[in-house]
Amino acid sequence: MIKAKEKPLEEIINMVQDFKKLLIAGCDGCVTVCEAGGLKEVKVLASALRLYFTQLGQKVDIDETSLTRQCNKEYLEELADKMDNYDAVVSTACGCGIQFLAEMYNTKPVFPGVDTSFMGVTEERGVYAERCQGCGKCILAETGGVCPIARCSKRMLNGPCGGSDKGKCEVSPDIPCGWELIYERLKTLGQLDRFEKPIDPKDWTTSRDGGVRKIVREDVSI
Amino acid sequence: MSTTTPSKLEKMLAAGNFAITSEVGPPRSADGAVINQKAELIKDYVDAINVTDNQTSVCRMCSLACVIRIKQMGLEPVLQMVTRDRNRIALQSDILGAASFGINNILCLTGDHQHFGDHANAANVFDLDSTQLIQTVKMMRDEGRLIGGHEFEVRPQMFIGAAANPFAGPNVELRVARLAKKAAAGVQFIQTQCIYNMEKFKYFMKLAVDRGLHEKVAIMAGITPLKNVGMAKYMAKRVPGMDVPDEVIKRMGGVPKENQAQEGIDFAVEQIEELKGVEGVRGFHIMAIEWEEKVPEIVKRTGLFPRPKI
Repeated sequence: MIKAKEKPLEEIINMVQDFKKLLIAGCDGCVTVCEAGGLKEVKVLASALRLYFTQLGQKVDIDETSLTRQCNKEYLEELADKMDNYDAVVSTACGCGIQFLAEMYNTKPVFPGVDTSFMGVTEERGVYAERCQGCGKCILAETGGVCPIARCSKRMLNGPCGGSDKGKCEVSPDIPCGWELIYERLKTLGQLDRFEKPIDPKDWTTSRDGGVRKIVREDVSI
Repeated sequence: MSTTTPSKLEKMLAAGNFAITSEVGPPRSADGAVINQKAELIKDYVDAINVTDNQTSVCRMCSLACVIRIKQMGLEPVLQMVTRDRNRIALQSDILGAASFGINNILCLTGDHQHFGDHANAANVFDLDSTQLIQTVKMMRDEGRLIGGHEFEVRPQMFIGAAANPFAGPNVELRVARLAKKAAAGVQFIQTQCIYNMEKFKYFMKLAVDRGLHEKVAIMAGITPLKNVGMAKYMAKRVPGMDVPDEVIKRMGGVPKENQAQEGIDFAVEQIEELKGVEGVRGFHIMAIEWEEKVPEIVKRTGLFPRPKI
C-alpha cells in the first residue's frame, strides 16, 4: 500500500491561516492503515488547528470527514453538496487522492495534510518499509522475489556494490543491503546461477522515465 | 596472452609483468595544472594513471578532461567512470569522446551514493550499473554498436576494467560470485579495494583462482599507504566496505607520531612483497590519496623500478 507521513502542524497552519471555513478530509484507504491520514488523524489535526486559532482569538470553522477512498470519483462526489460551505480543504489522503479531489472541486483551494512517501509494507505497527517503485516491468522472478530497484539504494540490477558493510547499505546501517538479501534468497532457493548471469540494461520506458503513465483497460471499462 | 586494444596497460599485463597503476584525484576547481603536477610526480613509476570520477560524490573537475590532459603529456591514463551521475546517453557519449583522444583504458564503476558527498540533495541517475557499463563498453568496442542499436565504424579501443571489493562483507563467496559476474560481462582487469586484511584477501584470491577467474581477468591488488593512525581509524570506521584490522591500527599507533608516515610506507611495501607471492595477483594499484609523492619510494623499494619498456 501507499505509505505517508503526517505533515508538521506548522506547515499546515502556514497553508490555511488565511481561511475561515475549513474541511479536513481523510481517506479510509492506505493512509488509514499507516495511521497518517484516516479519520483518527483528521480529528487530531482538526483539534490542533482549532486550539491554535482559538489561542490567537480567531474564529475558524473546521469540519472533519473521511471518504472511503479519495482516488475514486464516486466517493469524492459525496462531498459535492457541502463543498460550498468551505473556503479550503486539507486532504490527508495520499498525493493521488489530494490531486483527484482538487481536480473535481476545481475552484476550491486544496492543501496536502500528509507527505506521501512510498509503496511499502507494514513491518510492524508504526514501521513501514518500501518494497516497490512501480517500474512497470516486474523482475522479481529473476531476483529471488526481492526487488533491487526498490531495495538497492543505487537500484543496481547487478549488485551488490562495494559499499555494503556487514550486510547493510552504505547509505545507512539501518538499511539492509538489497543485494545481500537477493543473494541469500537465491541461495535458499538453489538458484545462485541466476546471480552470476548479468542482467542487461533495463528498459525504463515503463517507469517514470517514459513520461506520465496511464493504464487503459477496455475490457473492464463501462 | 594476446591483446585486444592499443592499451599499454594491457600490453604490460599480457607480457607477464607485474603492472603498476596509480591514481590522481582531480581538483575542486578549474585549475587543470594540478593534474599535470600530480601526474608528473608518478609518471616514471607507473604504467597507467587512473583519474577518479567525482570520488566520494564530491564534485570535482571531470575525469574525462583530466585523462585528456594526461594523454597530452604522453602518458597512459585510465578513465574512471561512474554510473551515478550520467545516463546511458551521456556515458556512451563520453566514451566516444574519450576514444577520440586515444584513451584506451576505462574503469567501470557504479560510484558512491551521493549522500557521502558535497551535494547530498542531488538526484542520482543509476540508469546502468557497473556491470552493465562493462557490457556497454564491450559492445561499443567489439560490435561497434550503441545500446540503442546505432552502428558505427570507428570504435572505442578500450581495455575494460572494474573494481572488486573482497572486504564488503560479510560474505567473501558473494564477492567472488560478483567478480564472476563482471568477468561474464567482459571485464579484462580488476583493481581491488585497498587491502589491509591480508588473510581475507588471500581467501578471496584462493576462491577466485579455484574458479579460474584469475585467467579471465587480470587482478591488480589495491594498496593505499596509511599516513597515520588517525587515517587507519577513519578508514576502519567511516569508509564503507573498508576492512582495517585492529592489528594494523595497533601497528600504526605503536610508533611515535612523527614516524607514523614512514611506518605506513613500510607497511605498504611489505604488503606488496607478500602479495607478489599470491597466485592470481598480476599487478598493483597504488592509491596514495593526496600523497602521490610517495609512490616512487614504494615502487623503488619493492623492486618494481624501473618499469619495463613495452
